[in-house]
Amino acid sequence: MSASVLSPGDVAPEAVKAAAPTPDIMPPVKVRKGLWGFMYRNPSIAIGGTIVLLMILMAVFAPLLWTVDPTALAPARRTREPSAMYWFGTDMLGRDVYSRVVYGARVSLIVGFAVAFFASVAGLAIGLISGFVRWADGIIMRVMDGLMSIPSILLAIALMALTRGSVGNVILAITVAEIPRVSRLVRGVVLSLREQPYVDAAVSCGTRTPVIIWRHILPNTIAPMTVQATYVCASAMIVESILSFIGAGTPPIIPSWGNIMAEGRALWQVKPYIVFFPAVFLSITVLAVNLLGDGLRDALDPRMAKRL
Amino acid sequence: MFAYVVRRVLATIPVMAIVALFVFSLLYIAPGDPAAVIAGDQATPEDVERIRQSLGLDRPYLVRFGSWVFDIMRGDLGVSIFTNLPVVTMIKQRIEPTLSLMIVTLCLAVSIAVPMGVVAAWKVGTWIDRAVMGFAVLGFSVPVFVVGYLLAYIFALELDWLPVQGYTSFSQGFVPWIENLILPAVALGSVYIALIARITRATMLEVLQQDYIRTARAKGAGQTSILFLHALKNAAVPIVTVIGIGIALLIGGAVVTESVFAIPGLGRLTVDAILRRDYPVIQGVVLLFSFVYVLVNLAIDLLYTLFDPRIRY
Amino acid sequence: MALLEVENLQTHFRTPDGVNRAVDGLSFSVEAGETVAIVGESGCGKSVTSMSILRLIPEPPGKIAGSIRFNGRDLLKLSDREMRAVRGNEISMIFQEPMTSLNPVLTVGRQIGETLRLHQGMSASQAEARAVEMLKLVGIPEPQRRVKEYPHQLSGGMRQRVMIAIALACNPKLLIADEPTTALDVTIQAQILDLMRDLKRTVGAAIVIITHDLGVVAEVAERVIVMYAGRKVEEAAVDKLFGAPRHPYTQGLLGSMPKLGSSLTGEETRLQEIPGLVPSLKKKIEGCVFASRCPHTTDLCRKVAPALEEKAPGHIAACHYAIKEAVAA
Repeated sequence: MSASVLSPGDVAPEAVKAAAPTPDIMPPVKVRKGLWGFMYRNPSIAIGGTIVLLMILMAVFAPLLWTVDPTALAPARRTREPSAMYWFGTDMLGRDVYSRVVYGARVSLIVGFAVAFFASVAGLAIGLISGFVRWADGIIMRVMDGLMSIPSILLAIALMALTRGSVGNVILAITVAEIPRVSRLVRGVVLSLREQPYVDAAVSCGTRTPVIIWRHILPNTIAPMTVQATYVCASAMIVESILSFIGAGTPPIIPSWGNIMAEGRALWQVKPYIVFFPAVFLSITVLAVNLLGDGLRDALDPRMAKRL
Repeated sequence: MFAYVVRRVLATIPVMAIVALFVFSLLYIAPGDPAAVIAGDQATPEDVERIRQSLGLDRPYLVRFGSWVFDIMRGDLGVSIFTNLPVVTMIKQRIEPTLSLMIVTLCLAVSIAVPMGVVAAWKVGTWIDRAVMGFAVLGFSVPVFVVGYLLAYIFALELDWLPVQGYTSFSQGFVPWIENLILPAVALGSVYIALIARITRATMLEVLQQDYIRTARAKGAGQTSILFLHALKNAAVPIVTVIGIGIALLIGGAVVTESVFAIPGLGRLTVDAILRRDYPVIQGVVLLFSFVYVLVNLAIDLLYTLFDPRIRY
Repeated sequence: MALLEVENLQTHFRTPDGVNRAVDGLSFSVEAGETVAIVGESGCGKSVTSMSILRLIPEPPGKIAGSIRFNGRDLLKLSDREMRAVRGNEISMIFQEPMTSLNPVLTVGRQIGETLRLHQGMSASQAEARAVEMLKLVGIPEPQRRVKEYPHQLSGGMRQRVMIAIALACNPKLLIADEPTTALDVTIQAQILDLMRDLKRTVGAAIVIITHDLGVVAEVAERVIVMYAGRKVEEAAVDKLFGAPRHPYTQGLLGSMPKLGSSLTGEETRLQEIPGLVPSLKKKIEGCVFASRCPHTTDLCRKVAPALEEKAPGHIAACHYAIKEAVAA
């Protein structure tokens, strides 16, 4: 086959014809590496993460942030407009709205993170059982279907109506409402992984179920679970505010963003700032958590990113 | 086809049974004496005893559940502890505003969100796409009552275009009816719009990458035809599914929206019942909402064949 | 003047890790009624070339430069509306995947009729009647019934026949077939190729067939263009190319093709392989694009990219060392 190719020595240098170089038709791509590159490619994670971090710091260091006692009543200075003295004004009991908002971050964040954690753990356990224990699957999934057909806010409301308002009960009620979604997700991942050839291979080699779960299933559930937990956290914060807002959530004695708004409700047409400030903080925090979730989803699971 | 419908309808029975059992059991999950829980802190022992009698707590659990289900089948949801009216009567009085709000929101949301999602998918990566996605994240993040107050403040208090609060029955005419519903519907719809727009965009993006879309382009089909004839019909099943699932958001949101806009509907009834611990009413409303939700999603399941000829029952 | 004249075609894509120069400076032409094959490994830019001709490359992230003259008009200068009038009408295209290239939710008749309604202004009923004729033409039995069916009710071979019916419905002057038989069974492949040859005679369209299958090339093409790393490396009439390939890459391609009748054992019939991998198109390549894999590479190859030169009448290759006159091999 090399018959039609000359050997290198046969070509005279003056016979060499160089191809004309092709021009660039678009500007070169700047490839960014390292942490900044990651932030640049995942602005959602950068922005969302930063805001969430700031909110956590605000909640932890609330006493140091020029706040006063958020529950201190002062009937003499009720419903003051925002000023240099009262940054966000005072409510109808004369409490400093700024201090209440700063302390209120604690409730929202604790509820959000606790629900995300407990719903993930419970959902993971239920999902794994459902995915591996054939006879339990039918029963569990029917129960989850049943729970899912009760709109989650309604379910949380119904649960709260029974118990005394406390942060713990709020967490419990919202967790129960969120568990079906997480366990369905885990079950879905388990079932699809069980079809994978490498899991089949592990099963046919006699690997025991706990080992398969530990080695093959859990590592693959981490990414979707993390994303889901972020969304659960965001939704829990919203549900907490709704519960508190309609008077079935965090007890009024504890300042939470939902409570502050519930108290400002009666006056919202004349003193809108009482509702406004907690609303902005709540919205920004939930937005940040959602952005973080979107960013994580795009970064962790490109296939899922296309779907949603 | 017929066999499928029957099977599908039968499959909802266990789901509804579990909902019923759960709603019924709610009262007994709580720690302590359910009669005392319902009676509240200021009740006298006589009150507690009266409630215990009306709940039939002296009978065994399953017997109580059985007779409760039997009553529901006959259309009897019990009697309100607070007003002593039958729960069914109370629900009937309150159903029109809630139904109106839901339908207006549904129509509004679908007609805004689907085109939004389609355009975002078409213009993916541009500022239009980013704006739609930004709006969607915002819709997920701002609680419905915050949107409600914001809208009421701007459009009712400041601009005075629409009524601040209240509800006018449809029997009083279309214009006053819709005027009162626009702001609540937009507020309630914000999450729903976000959800539908997002799933529409995501599904459309996936469909637009399919080979048959390339075929359609190669045939010389225009952008509108590609988006709405070739792509959207293929994307319909996931979109319609999410529209159905999202009704749960509408139901939950209605409870809050009705409080914000002082609409005398089922949501207000729920909130009032919770504050008064009027448990038969809470059970009745939760049960009703859940059954409606299950039935709507059943109907949507059965509609899939309209969108996709590959789905055969 | 040739029917299609592609000159210095460049199609580049913006990706997160650099600009992908998928097609970089490709020129070729197609005469009316001629069948030209473009061959090369996957990733050599042949499909991108075909998509570029119809401007089906999404821009951004892609960008097309150069000129594509069809009947004297530069397609790259047309407005979107003018371009749509060309697609499916004057130039049409058949794709590789018949299973996924038809819209699953529209009937076959509607999909064939769509081009007719778009370009010939037919009414829905006229278009359907013509769709039935087209189905008959491409050899689908019971066209009256099939026209109302959905793609999932047809076999792979039938779907590709439907694709051909769609492509030929408006009597195009140029048909681009991108791996039209790759996804099909061997027996069906032969049927589809026969059908394309027959229809070419009746319709009189020029065909650009894109394939990695040299068997298909030998069967249908008159002229062959060999592409490597986004560039043309060799072009000749089909018998010349198969008889006396000039470029080492073409030689490698032919050497890696199993021959009918050769036994599977024994040293002589061992298939040759081309060592190494296609270079990344995201970096500028110094020298000859094939230098990293060529068995004859020298320093000259690594430094200077060889120009396309006529090595024999009608036989072009881009290799410093390809000999100029035909030699009995």
